[in-house]
Amino acid sequence: MHQLTLAEIARGLADKSFSAEELTTTLLARINSLDPQLNSFITVTDELAVQQARAADARRAAGESGALLGAPIAHKDLFCTQGVRTSCASKMLDNFTAPYDATVVAKLAAAGMVTLGKTNMDEFAMGSANESSHYGAVKNPWNLEHVPGGSSGGSAAAVAARLTPVATGTDTGGSIRQPAALTSLTGLKPTYGRVSRWGMIAYASSLDQGGPMARTAEDCALLLQGMAGFDANDSTSIDEPVPDYSASLNASLQGLRIGIPKEYFGAGLDPRIAEQVQASIQELQKLGAVIKEISLPNMQHAIAAYYVIAPAEASSNLSRFDGVRFGYRCDNPKDLTDLYKRSRGEGFGVEVQRRIMVGAYALSAGYYDAYYLKAQKIRRLIKNDFMAAFEGVDLILGPTTPNLAWKLGAKGNDPVAAYLEDVYTITANLAGLPGLSMPAGFVDGLPVGVQLLAPYFQEARLLNVAHRYQQVTDWHTRAPNGF
Amino acid sequence: MALQRCDVEKIAHLARLGLNEAELPHITDALNSILGLVDQMQAVDTDGIEPLAHPLEASQRLRADQVTERNQREAYQAIAPATENGLYLVPKVIE
Repeated sequence: MHQLTLAEIARGLADKSFSAEELTTTLLARINSLDPQLNSFITVTDELAVQQARAADARRAAGESGALLGAPIAHKDLFCTQGVRTSCASKMLDNFTAPYDATVVAKLAAAGMVTLGKTNMDEFAMGSANESSHYGAVKNPWNLEHVPGGSSGGSAAAVAARLTPVATGTDTGGSIRQPAALTSLTGLKPTYGRVSRWGMIAYASSLDQGGPMARTAEDCALLLQGMAGFDANDSTSIDEPVPDYSASLNASLQGLRIGIPKEYFGAGLDPRIAEQVQASIQELQKLGAVIKEISLPNMQHAIAAYYVIAPAEASSNLSRFDGVRFGYRCDNPKDLTDLYKRSRGEGFGVEVQRRIMVGAYALSAGYYDAYYLKAQKIRRLIKNDFMAAFEGVDLILGPTTPNLAWKLGAKGNDPVAAYLEDVYTITANLAGLPGLSMPAGFVDGLPVGVQLLAPYFQEARLLNVAHRYQQVTDWHTRAPNGF
Repeated sequence: MALQRCDVEKIAHLARLGLNEAELPHITDALNSILGLVDQMQAVDTDGIEPLAHPLEASQRLRADQVTERNQREAYQAIAPATENGLYLVPKVIE
């Protein structure tokens, strides 16, 4: 039963092949027996899950239907879940029980989804390896000595290991797409403003976006359908109609113009990944796509701009953790300043502290123009590159990551080495564009991902192309050994 | 210009982060390494380019000036480290 996709589960529940409760208890048992190898969950919500599954079965018995009714899910542990610990993988929030549900959590629960638990992540979503979690690193189910990527590494590992059919993730610089690539999943970062950020603990507010992680594009379409939409509680939510993402999955790719940015294939890309990406391009050509070379000349400046904008916004967002209203408080503070400093010094991990400090420095008097303003100007140059490119092509395709999943601990203490892994994903966050990573092969038993980028609000097009690709390839159906 | 230990102490104070003495050399090195990466921006010609704050250039929505939230003081204070009589407790500020 654990091998079923979300779409298959929806059919199985509809034709009464099994109940939501049976499915839920099967997956909970699987989590209990297999997750100690992976560490992909921070909290397993056994009781809540069984209760929600029974409620879903009752709703179905009463005549209700719906693709998500009774289907299990795991939430990245930065989506607030009422009455459940929401830790952000930080000591700072280890004792934090959210007093309300994030909009995404509430919408999916209302649709009848069953929450299996909260998944591990990089602390406050800052990382690309899931090694900065207060609860320990997550292992990649494809090779337990390797990282699963991050920051949504727990969600990725849990879905790849068939502990849950789908999970939520969030993506600030690649945190859905990169772990999806490194664990052979399909992961979608929607257009900025498409999915509500309300109740999603903020890292960098102008870049953060929640999205679905699943094994197939078809499942991402079903889950995105439940997540997307305007929310008055999120001041940056965009009031755009939500299309039927499943309706266009099978649309023809005949004549679809796909742009291949030459900058994505330069130095730094593992040539074995380049080979797999080329093979995926050929498959798409067989399906009717037309390939054009394009250029995104400012891509090379994206990492530098990102590591100003994201830390600057983080230093502001994370100032709310002060040891007064919620979260960690140090013992025996001698005065108010000591309370702030020690609560934050003891409650935040080292990578979070680094980014807060980079942000505080970039925003401090005398440096604002040279750093934050400069980065925002580069941000516009990057957006302009995309706008120019999309005049000649419908989609952009390239590798999701320059390298395969690396060994745990391999990047040591050098933060910059890990930052460079986000080189292909960061631009979509800076420009606010939707992006998807899909499984496109293996090198040495480790997965390779291909990234597709589309103009604003064209998530349906990304899902369509990935779905058609998945009809003629089987990378997404392969399961890691032992799972 | 690389950050010195005293610069890092000042930034940590601005960010209200209490760092261990022993951590300061590591964090100084890490910050200099990050700022080295970030300084690559300075070579980019951005003359005449307007900064971009919101990717879709949307502005904040306004809503009607009406009370929409109910009082949830008890729920919110239940998760606070220290409260008394409905107030958050902090160390004495005024002698």
